[in-house]
Amino acid sequence: MMNIMRFKGLPILQQLHIEEQLLRTSSDNWCIINDGTCDPTIVMGVSGKPAELLEIESVLRDQVPVIRRFTGGGTVIVDCGTIFVTFICNKEAVSDLQPYPRPIMSWSGLLYSKVFQGIGDFHLRENDYVFGNHKFGGNAQSITKSRWIHHTSFLWDFDVRNMSYLKLPKRAPAYRFARGHLDFICRMKDYMPRSTFIDKTVEAASTQFSLRSFELEEIETLSETESNPSTRLLSAEELEADVIAGR
Amino acid sequence: MASRMLWASRAASHLRISVFHRGFSTVLKDLHYAESHEWVKVDGKSATVGITDHAQDHLGDVVYVELPDVGAEVKQGEGFGAVESVKASSEVYSPVSGKVVEVNEELKESPALVNSHPFESGWFIKVEMNDAGELKNLLKPEEYSKLCDEENSSH
Repeated sequence: MMNIMRFKGLPILQQLHIEEQLLRTSSDNWCIINDGTCDPTIVMGVSGKPAELLEIESVLRDQVPVIRRFTGGGTVIVDCGTIFVTFICNKEAVSDLQPYPRPIMSWSGLLYSKVFQGIGDFHLRENDYVFGNHKFGGNAQSITKSRWIHHTSFLWDFDVRNMSYLKLPKRAPAYRFARGHLDFICRMKDYMPRSTFIDKTVEAASTQFSLRSFELEEIETLSETESNPSTRLLSAEELEADVIAGR
Repeated sequence: MASRMLWASRAASHLRISVFHRGFSTVLKDLHYAESHEWVKVDGKSATVGITDHAQDHLGDVVYVELPDVGAEVKQGEGFGAVESVKASSEVYSPVSGKVVEVNEELKESPALVNSHPFESGWFIKVEMNDAGELKNLLKPEEYSKLCDEENSSH
């Protein structure tokens, strides 16, 4: 059984707080789909260093929010053109799946291969979803003793100007070959309509789980449980301090 | 695999402990193990904690280790930090209860030590234990080996 919650335009910070809480306090399996987020926001992985990853001056000048999330992985800038899909599972949820990064990543690749069957030379390449050698989906995970989360930001569309807030990362997959952002990524909208992608993802999930729809109000009792999410918005002072510390 | 066996033998000789030779991950004798794949080396009331060879192998290349502050209290079975390997943050659990007296500062600059030397320079924390009796809750080396074998054969 898997509970499925669908949102449209939910702020990404709220989405991540919900996910972190469900990972840590729920014993159910969950699929969360958020069709776009309202404002352009930078989201870094758990160990991300702003001064290394971001053009801080322009980020501060344009007051772009910067979030550090609880999962590993790299830095993205998300907006209304981003579609988020998350799976939160107990370690026994998928039979014979070892709760480690690579098996979970492979499992996700198989699931999405059903979504993109026959479309655009889709595959999982290193840890990214690509059409050919162009990335359109980035992944991140967090694994605990008994549960795991695998979440993805899909570039259905993006604003080219937003990429200028991100530096070229020091850690990059080999297949990137030092390409700049715009040569490395592609838009999913060139391959599939938005609603088709979401419907096919739900369909693919339903081949492995019985799905039960949930509304946000139904899980808001979870907030009564003590919750101290590590995912948070970084302040301008923290961003500036990181630049100074790096000098 | 052969070089890993050679490394394990040399490490064991240096530490003056004996080692299981297994086809997969290295398991050192004279350590205690948690089901969540942490090891602990006990010396009186002092305990050194890290993650096992099996764990580092399954996690992949470690890029960051999140450790507690010196002085923090840890409890057996509860999370005390995390290991980031490329896209995943994996929680690590303390096999003993007590106070953290030292953390491995080397891991800040060289997190890959967790992969290359999980039982030596890749250690995470040192703990002043407050209940040595808890060690009976942990796995002996042969029990831990069996757990790893079962995990490896289940997929």
